Amino acid sequence: MSMVLDKSHGTKVLLAHAGLIAFLVLTLFPFLMIVSISLRAGNFAAGSLIPEHFSLEHWKLALGMGYMDDSGRWIDPPFPVLRWLWNSIKVAGITAAVVLLLSTTCAYAFARLRFKGRQLGLNALFLMQMFPAVLSLIAIYAIFDQIGSYVPWLGIDSHGSLVLAYAGGIAMHIWTIKGYFDTVPVEIEEAARVDGATHFQAFRYVLLPMAAPILVVVFLLAFIGAIIEYPVASVLLHQEQNLTLAVGSKLYLYTQNYLWGDFAAAAILSGLPITVVFLFAQRFMLSGLTSGGVKG
Amino acid sequence: MTMDVALRTVDNQVGLSRKNISMQRFNSRYVWFAFGALTFLAGLWLILAIYRIGHPFYALGGLVLLGASTWVFTSERAYAWRYLYPGVAAVLVFVLFPALYTIGSGFTNYSSTNLLSFQRATSYFLDQKYSASGDEGQLTLSLYPLLVSTDKRDRANERYIVYVENAQGKAWQSEPMVLRGADASTLKLKPAEHAPSGDKAGLKDVIAHQATLKTLALKLPDDADEFRLSGLTKFAKMEPLYKQNADGSLTNAQNHDVLKPDFKTGFYTSLASGEKVAPGFKVNIGFGNFERLFSSHEFRGPLVKIFIWTVVFAFLTVVFCFVVGFTLASILNWEGLKFKAVYRVLLFLPYAVPGFISILIFRGLFNENFGEINLVLNQLFGLKPQWFSDPLLAKIMLLLVNTWLGYPYMMLLCMGLIKSIPSDLYEVSAINGGGVWTNLTQITLPLIMKPIMPLLIASFAFNFNNFVLISLLTGGLPDFTDSIAPAGSTDILVSYTYRVAFQDSGQNFGLAAAISTVIFALVAILSIINLKLTRVNAQEKR
Repeated sequence: MSMVLDKSHGTKVLLAHAGLIAFLVLTLFPFLMIVSISLRAGNFAAGSLIPEHFSLEHWKLALGMGYMDDSGRWIDPPFPVLRWLWNSIKVAGITAAVVLLLSTTCAYAFARLRFKGRQLGLNALFLMQMFPAVLSLIAIYAIFDQIGSYVPWLGIDSHGSLVLAYAGGIAMHIWTIKGYFDTVPVEIEEAARVDGATHFQAFRYVLLPMAAPILVVVFLLAFIGAIIEYPVASVLLHQEQNLTLAVGSKLYLYTQNYLWGDFAAAAILSGLPITVVFLFAQRFMLSGLTSGGVKG
Repeated sequence: MTMDVALRTVDNQVGLSRKNISMQRFNSRYVWFAFGALTFLAGLWLILAIYRIGHPFYALGGLVLLGASTWVFTSERAYAWRYLYPGVAAVLVFVLFPALYTIGSGFTNYSSTNLLSFQRATSYFLDQKYSASGDEGQLTLSLYPLLVSTDKRDRANERYIVYVENAQGKAWQSEPMVLRGADASTLKLKPAEHAPSGDKAGLKDVIAHQATLKTLALKLPDDADEFRLSGLTKFAKMEPLYKQNADGSLTNAQNHDVLKPDFKTGFYTSLASGEKVAPGFKVNIGFGNFERLFSSHEFRGPLVKIFIWTVVFAFLTVVFCFVVGFTLASILNWEGLKFKAVYRVLLFLPYAVPGFISILIFRGLFNENFGEINLVLNQLFGLKPQWFSDPLLAKIMLLLVNTWLGYPYMMLLCMGLIKSIPSDLYEVSAINGGGVWTNLTQITLPLIMKPIMPLLIASFAFNFNNFVLISLLTGGLPDFTDSIAPAGSTDILVSYTYRVAFQDSGQNFGLAAAISTVIFALVAILSIINLKLTRVNAQEKR
């Protein structure tokens, strides 16, 4: 871009900075508030935005420890946050591994092999992204209710059911990985094939190591996707011990039982690591999606 | 395998150096063969097991699946499908099948009153028992605890004598036994001269052992029939309440009423009184749900309002997010600006924080009484807006929060697209005296619009179904005051579906599935438009 500088340039820069900073203050207000609230004693707004008395009570509860309040009463954690976090990580980890396995092999077929219905399949996958699982909730509930009467660990209120329900959500990831495979020159694999490698060996020992970065990213995206998923988990999980973070966090803010401060600490504790992972993964997500979406 | 034939010729030509590799492949092929054979046998065993517990159709489905898998992994012609098969199977089973099942349920009366299949409902009736002997034949139960220790922790081993007495005052008793966790069993009683020593257990203890007592069948020495629990402290001879007749109807053994299954309503109906008898069963009711949705006063009113709000909500969200995102992207693409990287990360933050956390944060901040937003507004302007009880304010709040959640994505997209605009266009514009406004309306926007259109439509479709936001922030509240159905002024179609299916006391799955079907159709239209636009763009690029 060429810039034609004139006298008003300096003022414009200042204005832009001022505008951006003002906007940032507004958008980041919730985050600053939540930090302040997590350090404030009690669960209700105390009349000031910056806490007057620092207190770590909410953090102790979030970490699963109790604390002694002013009147000498022992307060136990209201919810098993760490347990929820572990549930989330467990479900998301297994889901991400399954999703990665399924989508990598599919993407290989779409990128490298020629077969009937290839273009149709790609289009079908593209369309599928637009139909969220929330539309099929009734069926998902009914299906796992049925399965559960024969295989309890895959029924309602089990983590196995959640992993299975998430395993179908591979459409977008197939596109992402295929987009990356398309950018890897096919000649390297052909050279391997000439040297006597089978299709599978070319895929496993030549292409996959070169595609490692995108595999990491897809794993992380699938991981985060499963952690933040709410609708399916809210229908499949019921018992407090079994909940994932996304479903459990809501319990803090019921009108009858409003635990604002406890929620704040739990939110930071669980939200921070996920945010960091996402910031790392998203750089690759958009490039993967757009390069995958344009090529057919 | 043609592949291997080709390779073998290569091996022969090149000579011995490849021998090692082909030996390895030889070995690994055996391993794979063994693995495949084992999996095949395991699958066969599973299908047999499914068949034996009485599901011939599931077994047939499993057989087809196993056959397809075997073909895919042995036939050379299906080579590509070896890679596709697992993923495609997962998509078919967990995405496509639920979608079709949902659409199918839209044509049934599936709900909490008609939950069971016809077979299950029938077997429920056939499992019903009644005490045939009337009140005189009943035995009154008492439990006499044997105090082993007073330690509370020892309760699991607490032993009781089961003592029963009939209406004539004759009594029988059992050996001392552990009740907690006892298995279903037949308990033989001996005649008792008098009640066991000590106090009998209170009603609370009897209630605590109900689960075990229900599984007990008591046998008296001179009686062939079993006695089973018929009330809290009563045992009686139980007999099946219903007998199935040849035509499928059920006869009540107690009052000789006949129940006939009605496949229109999904209920057994009493011949004598014409009343429906719960539980009902699932039947196909054709377009019944759709008729209810579109023509009944109860549902049409809320549905129309909800549909309009859904469209308005999705459309305004996309517009606001695009305007904010595009503005920020334009500023951040400006070369004269410093600290761009810092701004970029900070501005992106709302998108990186998990949605369920940030939405709940807003739920707390907007709280009418304890929320920090009203605290600030009250101190500055003396205002305390009713964010959650006023329909209009609730909608404004949703749009505010959703713009906050969505603008970073638009910003990122716009930044990429603006960067790809050739800079000489702006140079030409500068030479011809074009200002910022001309650049924006004549160059940037027209060039961005085409590639971003499919993404905007995708974003529209996403927000059209943005269940998480509605559910976590307002839950659809405040509710319409004039509606019987559970519907609120901030409900969008999906959240309404969820409430009809899972929150309404009626749990009307069929009706909810019908709404889902309507949404499926709407989203399908959107996605076809989207696919067309994407294709046009792709062709123009070539």
